[in-house]
Amino acid sequence: MEWLTTVAIILGKSLLLLVALLVFIAYILYADRKVWAAVQLRRGPNVVGPWGLLQSFADLLKFVLKEPVIPAGANKGLFLLAPLVTCVLALAAWAVIPVADGWAIADINVGILYIFAISSLGVYGILMGGWASNSKYPFLGALRSAAQMVSYEVSIGFVIITVLLCVGSLNLTEIVRAQEARGLATMLGVPWLTVLNWYWLPLFPMFVIFFISALAETNRPPFDLPEAESELVAGFMVEYASTPYLLFMLGEYVAIMTMCSLTTILFLGGWTAPVALPPFTWIPGVVWFVVKVCFVFFMFAMVKAMVPRYRYDQLMRLGWKVFLPLSLAAVIIVAAVLQITGWAPAS
Amino acid sequence: MTVAAAFFYLFSCVCVASAFMVIASRNPVHSVLFLILAFVNAAGLFILMGAEFLAMILVVVYVGAVAVLFLFVVMMLDVDFAELRQGFLQYLPVGALIGVIFLIELVLVVGSMAIDPELVKTPVAAIPPVSEMTNTAALGQVLYTRYLYFFQASGLVLLVAMIGAIVLTLRHKPGVKRQDVAQQVARTRDTAIEVRKVPFREGV
Repeated sequence: MEWLTTVAIILGKSLLLLVALLVFIAYILYADRKVWAAVQLRRGPNVVGPWGLLQSFADLLKFVLKEPVIPAGANKGLFLLAPLVTCVLALAAWAVIPVADGWAIADINVGILYIFAISSLGVYGILMGGWASNSKYPFLGALRSAAQMVSYEVSIGFVIITVLLCVGSLNLTEIVRAQEARGLATMLGVPWLTVLNWYWLPLFPMFVIFFISALAETNRPPFDLPEAESELVAGFMVEYASTPYLLFMLGEYVAIMTMCSLTTILFLGGWTAPVALPPFTWIPGVVWFVVKVCFVFFMFAMVKAMVPRYRYDQLMRLGWKVFLPLSLAAVIIVAAVLQITGWAPAS
Repeated sequence: MTVAAAFFYLFSCVCVASAFMVIASRNPVHSVLFLILAFVNAAGLFILMGAEFLAMILVVVYVGAVAVLFLFVVMMLDVDFAELRQGFLQYLPVGALIGVIFLIELVLVVGSMAIDPELVKTPVAAIPPVSEMTNTAALGQVLYTRYLYFFQASGLVLLVAMIGAIVLTLRHKPGVKRQDVAQQVARTRDTAIEVRKVPFREGV
């Protein structure tokens, strides 16, 4: 009977995280639209609820109540499976993300690899959706995204390796703890100034590469070629309507949140306070985590609002000819520096 | 232990069933998708064995990269199914031969374990117990100390294969305009603009 309570606790935790995440995403979507509108000197959603705060929920209702349309020539099973795959895989990644010390549902040894694996599976939803629609634009969008996501995964992998070299563990909690305990601030003799400990400073080029690759991996503008509306109408989502479309949309935003929190964990010290002194340490870790995730998402939103879309060959060149050699060189340099100076973590 | 057993049967049943569907389904795209399902379930089996690193690498490499390219190619090809099935009898002997060889090898491996359990233990236990070290660290220790040269050699083999693939497929078509970023960035006002005096009523 003991395992029954364990299962119940895990289910309860998952449900709590799911609800919190979905409500958070409703407001992230709203924030995305508001930031975009503000950059373009528009008002953005402002009708439903005070300041339009309930806009996402109204959208949800609208999508759910509409009729799902399935094209006659579509491969019905795969057509409906694709949005589910996108959404479920995106949510599955959140099982290992520690939002505060010890607050992960599954604190597994290979947490970072798990997230990497799950996010590399995200491409299947797009590929299946594009192919099953049995139509030209979705298919072109799916082909583009397959090449794009595979390309940028490579540089993301190398960037993650540089961080892992500094930490000496694949566990996400350990990665954050390493940034709390040692690093630049400790070497400078100011161990309370945790913000210098975080890896964004010593690994700054990797931080930039990771951020840009995360944009490409989640199909965010300026790399939203799979759904480039000026050329492919809406890419792989052309034939989707109502709830299946909603699931695609939801999966995309959950994946964006995953990437934001991964950036937070790898480079911005996860749940740790920027300064380990009383007024800052009174604030619970989960608040710091959410604040940092919001900050990274704000950068995502600003990039979407400001940068024009890349051309497809430029996207490929950036991935393979710029990021891949740079991140590969960084792995070698970081490993060499750690080995020569003896800063490498003891295993 | 019962939970682990239940998961083992779940993963292995789905794995075998989807492996069967890979060859049984009529649509090649469905075949590849079933292949992916088989990979994912194999990863689940690895996790049950305590080899979480191998499981994740299986998903990252095979499901996340290799199978995507498979799917990519299969979707682009316009396969004629009737034509595909015509050569079935012709290829049957070769396929059956390979199948039989695999079967014999499997029987030999399993049989040797059953006949002489000591045989499996003869290779020195290079893997420290799980309680001492995570298996990621253990794999790293073994690969980069004991099998360093083999590991580097396999890396070289892959490098040669990669360069070979590039050499075989890379061709520069003459007469194609290419973007040269350095040239674009190096453009100044002097190289870009030419100021001309246009005589009145004559044009350039």
